[in-house]
Amino acid sequence: MNLDFSVMPQYFGYLANATTITLQVTLYALFFGFVLAVPLAFMKLSRFRLLRWITSFYTAVFRGVPLLVQLMIVYFGVPQITGGNFTPLQASTIALSLNSAAYLSETLRGGIMAVDIGQREAAMALGVSQFAIMKDIVIPQALKSTLPGLVNEMINLLKNTSLVSCISLVDLTRAAQLIVSRTYRAFEPYLVIAVVYFIMVEILTLISLRIERWVNISDRR
Amino acid sequence: MIDVKHLHKNFGSLEVLKDVSLHVDKGEVVAIIGPSGSGKSTLLRSINLLETPTSGEIVVDGITVTDKQTSASALRQKVGMVFQHFNLFSHMTVMKNMTYAPVKTKRLSKAEAQEKAMKLLERVGMSDKANVYPATLSGGQKQRVAIARALAMDPEVILFDEPTSALDPEMVTEVLEVIKELADTGITMLLVTHEMGFAKEVADRIIFMDDGVILEDASPEEFFANPKTARARDFLDKML
Repeated sequence: MNLDFSVMPQYFGYLANATTITLQVTLYALFFGFVLAVPLAFMKLSRFRLLRWITSFYTAVFRGVPLLVQLMIVYFGVPQITGGNFTPLQASTIALSLNSAAYLSETLRGGIMAVDIGQREAAMALGVSQFAIMKDIVIPQALKSTLPGLVNEMINLLKNTSLVSCISLVDLTRAAQLIVSRTYRAFEPYLVIAVVYFIMVEILTLISLRIERWVNISDRR
Repeated sequence: MIDVKHLHKNFGSLEVLKDVSLHVDKGEVVAIIGPSGSGKSTLLRSINLLETPTSGEIVVDGITVTDKQTSASALRQKVGMVFQHFNLFSHMTVMKNMTYAPVKTKRLSKAEAQEKAMKLLERVGMSDKANVYPATLSGGQKQRVAIARALAMDPEVILFDEPTSALDPEMVTEVLEVIKELADTGITMLLVTHEMGFAKEVADRIIFMDDGVILEDASPEEFFANPKTARARDFLDKML
């Protein structure tokens, strides 16, 4: 069997840096994706047909086109039209945010619809404004029921960041590719990053279970 | 206090309220009874704009509810409502349920709101449950908190939409007692109910509705002893 992990330790610092890039892209995309997804979800539930139409078109496009193609369009395509340039990090953040917003908004929409209408009516009957009802009553309850779906999205997002290796951002996957080309060994670097991805996902899962238990305090009888 | 004039409400092609007019004086306790689908709840929900009337006019304490310029929130701060399914905010403790709207809409300080909430919870016998979440309460307890929550806004009028219909039989009494006590304080009350005995006991007036129309408007003694319409007689025969 031809396996030699002794080539790996010298690259651990390099991989650690790449891991922070992966996490950075994930967190940026998660943040901007979520910020974008909340208004999108409400627009999907709007009584104005135009808003509903725009948002379903948005979701259809970003779900219907492969993420890799979206990345290519943002990084290589857009500068050709605008003349400006995105750094690989900017392009990755933009493409992943727009993409995850499409998925997150669907998850949130389901959660908002699942909030009992009586909760909203009770707040209305108490004279609370529509905005405060959304912020204090509907969204907290919707988030609670969508938490598993949101974590799922987060995990997908984390793994999807591996695609940014194709636009020369040195994330974990790209780092492994570079190590392969230097050491002529493939199994060891790829196995190492596979483990790193796996551990990050497991940590996310654990954290989310904690949060779930914490937010479900109000359901305990 | 409440003036309803020629109120119509359609849900699509279905006409739920057909030219309903009603006047309620300050301090009056009015029970609205009638078969399911007669429009009782819709009438009640129109008064605080949970339903938008198709046509007609509603005036509550000088505020023209049906005027497009009227702020729904300002109106609703004067008109409390208690629902069949309690609708306590499930992610908030009993105390937070009580203080949320007063702090948000009346600019009360948190401490003031809590002090007031505690007094109201004592009044409905729920002060020992201030820090629990609604999920831990029985139906009767939830409804008592819901009543206290409505009172925390100092409403002029309080609307009860079948407040005991979702309760187990053994819990009906505790809620009715709270409502009865409230009726004795002189607050204006509109109560949609299927509890005939209770309506007879607490109401100053009985409104009998059927098929979107008010058929009778009489004192409880008169209504229960000799209802004028055949429809009301038939209804009472089935209920009693």
